[in-house]
This record gives sequence, C-alpha cells and structure tokens, in this order.
Amino acid sequence: MNKKYNTSGRLTSIKNQQKISLKDIPVLEYEVFYQEVVQILEDVNNHCLSYYAFPFDNKLKFICAISADEEKEILLLSHELEKPDLPLKSIAGQHLAMHIFEREIHENHGVPFEGHPWLKPVRYAFNRKDRKKMINNYPFYKIGGNELHEVGVGPIHAGVIEPGHFRFLCNGETVLHLEIQLGWQHRGVEALFLEKKKLLQRNLLAESIAGDTAIGHNLAFCQLAEALGDITVDKNLEIERVIALELERMAIHTGDLSAFCTDVAYQLGSAVFGALRTPLINFTQAWSGNRFGKGLIRVGGTNYPLTQELQQKLKGILNDFEKKFTEIAERTFNLPSVLKRFESIGAVSTRQVSLLGGVGMVAKMAGLKRDSRYGQPFGAYRDLKHEPVLLGSGDVYARGMVRKLEVEQSLVIIRNLMEKLNARVAPTQPVPAANLKWAGESIAVSVTEGWRGEVCHIAVTDKQGEISHYKVKDPSMHNWKSLELSLRDLEISDFPINNKSYDLSYCGHDL
Amino acid sequence: MISLLLIFIGALIFPGLISITKAKLSGKKGPGIFQPYKDILRLLKKGSVYSSTTSFVFQVAPIIYMASVLGAILMIPFGNFKQGLISFEGDFLMFAYMLAFGKFLMIISALDTGSGFEGMGANREALYSMLVEPAFFIVLSSVVMLSGYTSFYEMFTHFHVENYVSWLYVAISVYLLIQITLIENSRLPVDDPKTHLELTMVHEVMVLDNSGFDLGLIQITGALKFAMFGALIGNLVIPPMHLGFELSALAFVVIQALFAITVGFMESFRARLKMIYNPQFILTLSGIALIAFFAVFFITKTI
Repeated sequence: MNKKYNTSGRLTSIKNQQKISLKDIPVLEYEVFYQEVVQILEDVNNHCLSYYAFPFDNKLKFICAISADEEKEILLLSHELEKPDLPLKSIAGQHLAMHIFEREIHENHGVPFEGHPWLKPVRYAFNRKDRKKMINNYPFYKIGGNELHEVGVGPIHAGVIEPGHFRFLCNGETVLHLEIQLGWQHRGVEALFLEKKKLLQRNLLAESIAGDTAIGHNLAFCQLAEALGDITVDKNLEIERVIALELERMAIHTGDLSAFCTDVAYQLGSAVFGALRTPLINFTQAWSGNRFGKGLIRVGGTNYPLTQELQQKLKGILNDFEKKFTEIAERTFNLPSVLKRFESIGAVSTRQVSLLGGVGMVAKMAGLKRDSRYGQPFGAYRDLKHEPVLLGSGDVYARGMVRKLEVEQSLVIIRNLMEKLNARVAPTQPVPAANLKWAGESIAVSVTEGWRGEVCHIAVTDKQGEISHYKVKDPSMHNWKSLELSLRDLEISDFPINNKSYDLSYCGHDL
Repeated sequence: MISLLLIFIGALIFPGLISITKAKLSGKKGPGIFQPYKDILRLLKKGSVYSSTTSFVFQVAPIIYMASVLGAILMIPFGNFKQGLISFEGDFLMFAYMLAFGKFLMIISALDTGSGFEGMGANREALYSMLVEPAFFIVLSSVVMLSGYTSFYEMFTHFHVENYVSWLYVAISVYLLIQITLIENSRLPVDDPKTHLELTMVHEVMVLDNSGFDLGLIQITGALKFAMFGALIGNLVIPPMHLGFELSALAFVVIQALFAITVGFMESFRARLKMIYNPQFILTLSGIALIAFFAVFFITKTI
C-alpha cells in the first residue's frame, strides 16, 4: 500500500501487472475525486496512465489510473455517475495533460466537462454518443486575417503512411498553428477485445493495435491476461520477452534514424541506417517467423524459445551491428549540414511536455524522466534498475539522439540478459496457455515501454470472469499534441522532419 | 548542329550517371544507366490526366517548357569550331530569357491547378530563379568583357586565357555554373528531387499534378537542361586547351560525364539546406560572381 497517498483511503495502489478486485477501489464523490486527482498530479513524478469511463450497473463508472514513478506504484481512483449528462468540473482546467482523456469520455459518453479548453472529438468511435458528429465537420481552430493562409495535408498522403489530416495556419512560410485531426483509422479495437473470446484471437488483436509496436502491445496484453488469470511465468521467459522488446526498439529506432536522414536528404545515413535495420528484423524472423515479432509473445509460455543456437547468432549480429552503427551515428550526428537541420528545430520545453503529459521518447527528449522500465518496471526489468536516457533540448536533434542512445542502451541490456539466460539451463515453459480462467469482478493494469513509450492496457472483468471492458492506451495519444506545439513559428518545410522525429502512431491513437 | 548532338548524348547519360554514382557511394548496386529513360518511356506511353480546375495553360505548359529549353540549346556553340544553329549579337541574353520564359509557364501552370501545395512550390521556385539570375549574368558578362563579344560563339572563341589569373577565373566560373545548374535543376542543396514530402519540395511539388506524357516531357527537359549547362561549362574549358576537333568532341562528352559524377558526389555526403537559408546561399553565389567580375576588370586592365 502506498504510504504517501493512501492516508485517506480515497484510493488504492497496485503494482504493474497486478490485479485487484473492483470492489477494493473506493468510489468517491466527484468533488473528492477531483481534488484528489488534481493534488496527486501536482507532483511531476506522477502522470495519468489512463482515465476513462464505462457503463457499470446502470451507472457510468470512471476509473483513473495514475503512475507514481517514484513509488513504482499505480494509483487507482474511481467515481460513478448516474446521469451522464450532468456537467463535471474539468480536471484539464488544472492539468492540461488530462484534456485528451476528458475529450474521449465526452465523445464516448456525452459527459460535459466544465472548464475544459475545447471538447473536440478524438477519434469518432463507432460507439460514440453523438452520432451526428461526423469526421467531415471537425471544428478546426481558425484565425482570421488577410495575410494568413491554410494549408491542408492529408488524410491521404504521398508515400505509404497512415491517414491523418494536418491543417497548418501559415503566415507565408511560417507556421502559426498546426492542428492534427485523427480518427480516420478507427477500427474499434477495444470493442473487438470483448467480441473475440479466444486468447489467440486477442493476441492477434493486440499485435495489430499498432503494427510497429507489435511486441510492445502484445506484451502488455499478455501481462494483463497473466495477472487476471493468476499465471506466473518463469524468469527465463521474462528475459526472452525483454530481449524481444529491446530488439523491436533497436530495429525501429535504427529505421527511424534512416528516415531522419532521408528527410534531410542525407543519402549516406539513409542508406546505412536502413541497411542496419535489416539484420535485426531478420533475426526476429529467424526467431519467431515474423520480422515484427508477431507470434513471439504468448500468454503463459512461448512457441519460440531463444535457443543456444539463436543466442549465438544474435551475439554475432549485435557485434557487427554495434561497429557499423557507432560509425555511422558518429558521422551523422557530427555532420554540419545535418546538424543544421536538426538543432533547435521544433523545440519544445520540459514544461510544455510535462503540461501535455508527454510519455516515452517525447518525455525523454525534453528531459522529463518518464520511462515505464524505470517507473513501472515489469518482467525482467524489475531486476535491471533501468535508468532512462535523458536529453534536454527538446528539438529534432534531441529526438534523434534519444534514439541513438537508446539503441546503445538496448545493446547493453540484451547482452546482459543473454548472460543471465546462459547461466540458467532450465528450458523456457514451452506451451502457451490455450485457455484462461479469468478472475471475476477484477481490474488489472499492465504497462510496458514500447519503443515509442508507455503502452497501457487495462481490463475489467464481470462476475462470470469475462472481460467486460478493455482499455488500450498508446503513447501517441498524449504525444501528438507535442508535435503540434513543435511546429509553432517554424517553417512549414521543416514539418516533415519534425513529424518523422516524433514518428507517432495513427492507428495507435485511433484504435 | 554538332553541339546539339553532343548535348543530346550528354542528356542521355546524365540522369543515369547521377543515380549510379549516388547508388555506388551509398553501397547499393544501382540501376542501369538508361533506367531514367526507361521510366520516361513508360510515362510517354501513357495519357495525361487533367484536373477539371485547370485551363489550357496547364496543358500547354510542359510542351512550351521543353520548347524553350530546346530553343536555348540551339544557341549553344561547339567550342571555337562551330557556332550554334542560332547565333547573333547578344544571344546570351536571349538564351537566359528563353529559359526564364519556360520556367514562367511552369510557374503559372502550377498556379493554374489551384492547389495550395503547388502555389507554395511555385512561390519558392520563382524566388530562387530570381535570385540565381544575377549570378548567371555576372558570370557571362565577365566572359563578354574578357572577349569583347556578345554572342556565345564569338565569346568562347575569343575568350583567351593568357595567364594563370584567367585560369583562376575559369575555375571560379565553372564552380559557379555547377552551382547554378544545381539550383536551376532543383537539386541538392536547395531542393531534393528524391523527396516524397510535398511540404519540403520546390520543383517537384510544382509538377505534382502533371502526369503521363506531360510528366515525361518535363523529365526529359530536366535532363536536357543539365546537359545544356554541362555544354556551357565545356565551352568555357575546352577552347583554351586547343584540342583538335575530334578530341574536343570527346572532351565535351567526358566533361558532361564528369559533371554528372560530380553532382552525384555532391549529393551523397551532405544534407539539404534548411529552406530559409536557400536565398542566402544563392545570393552568396552572386557575391562570388561579383568578385570574379572585378577580377576580370583587373585582368583586362579597365581599372
């Protein structure tokens, strides 16, 4: 139990990957709930993992999960509403980071929040409250004036990327304001988690939430299922999962660095980083049969143990990778013409990012210590004492540098963990669970650190032990706002490199 | 006639050589030398699609653009051996404005589409063309001063290089002409022909709406422009070397090839400029051209 916050019995605290009976979360009056949340969020070490509402016993039940990084605990608060059309005082009025959650609740359940800056639609969910709100009449922010013009980009883009609409308010080449409208990719993932009953179906679903974070999201789901199904996995499996997660991070970061170079037309970097990514994802394919690691992580076991043979192969690949990566990274991050395009472009301050509730890479590049591997350690990270990479400048350079440093960090982590694997001879639990007996009337929270940042899955079960509500949160949800702020007073031609430096997920946001 | 032929040969190998150089330098295998033309051939076989917001301007622009470049090429002589098909006093002015005319049509055709992107690209292209014009004229007027003639053929024939100071002038001019070519052809560091990001494009975004046959014409014109500037460089360098006719013709092609490889090199090891620094960069070229221009004053002892 959390000593610092749980003095009043107003909240419950649990660990990452832990379940708790729904009854154990005290249901507060909204006024008390509001004050408590506002007070907890005053501390910069705390941030909201997820805040959402779902129908429960003819009422609307609100759950707020806050990550207390110092204490390594997840604080759970709750309140209930009988009439969802009564206005509530907006927490976003005090802590802007909550704006996206309140917008989502408003969109899905029609709860009006008083004092919220602007309750814009988030993603036009299929099961939203007001069906009349359509994606075609999104309320864009407008500025009057003869000198200004609007540039609209998307939702269909040149090149093979996901759909999203960007609207720039420009004065000549300078961007005054950027607004990003998403929701074009909505697939109803959360509802599908209830619809699909088989564990394997849910696995496949989790892998498809954001195709580039297949391992991150699937691991979050598996940990959640294991928490609710009372399964403990052995150390070896935990280590293998972390290796997979770090490999995913390395591969995507390297690919991103290649894209950084492509965007500033630095041909050598683009080619070499691009070529370096290939052996990594090819290894994942050799390991699991899929380059993105789909099928690798399964509940309670694995079909693909990391054998001695594979470990040897991985060692070879990593040694080769390290040499080349260091060389090209040194060259790229020291080339004047490249630095000119990276440095002080699209800078956001630590304060801005903390206001927006930035997580993962976006937090780290602005010097905010938010990393679930450190704040909510899971699996093998519990023994690792992870220290996140921190940069301060918040510009494109910082976002590139975070990737470079994290790749180097991942190399160390993987090598360390492989030694631990070697020391243990016991083979990994071979068979994943086919069925699970879920604990009834419980809630569990699972947080993992995907390459983009904190991935949070929360499930609530009913009396029969069926999932009655499933909540997914991808780090992109908070971080898109940071991209918007980065563009202020920047040249419009610097948008692509900024967008790439964030590399946020459209489908992770749209679900 | 011979210069026209040599420029066509140059244009044929130019785009391929650049992409081969770039591919080799980044450790890739690279396409065949005629791959760009295979792509263009594919485009030429297709029909064009026109948006309903465009008028006849959009439809005629690519053809006039190509015609203007071809017209300009007609004025380029072959060293001190043959004059161009068109040659008269002051033809270098005509040359510059033929090119400008073609570009003007491309700019208004981009505006014709009514797309926000294309307007943006047209705006940038117009600005850069405007800024690069002084540099080009100062380089050529120095040649005019050195030779005392105002038609290309006469200029290059009588442009005597007597001492090492004038060779220095040639070196500066070649450097400037290379940079001017890169700007005129929308290459690095001002523009990036390979980008797929509309917001950063200059020239590419202007031709986003062009398709099929029209796009093919625009791409051929791009290659022709490269070879045309290559021929100018050749004309500056070859006559003072006093080679024979055949050797000069060979040197002409070699210079084109070297030029293409140089462009490939220049584009491989650096990033593109940030867009607001482009005008600064282009103005610097005019500055360098001015220095060369005053150097010519001293050489010709007019001061």
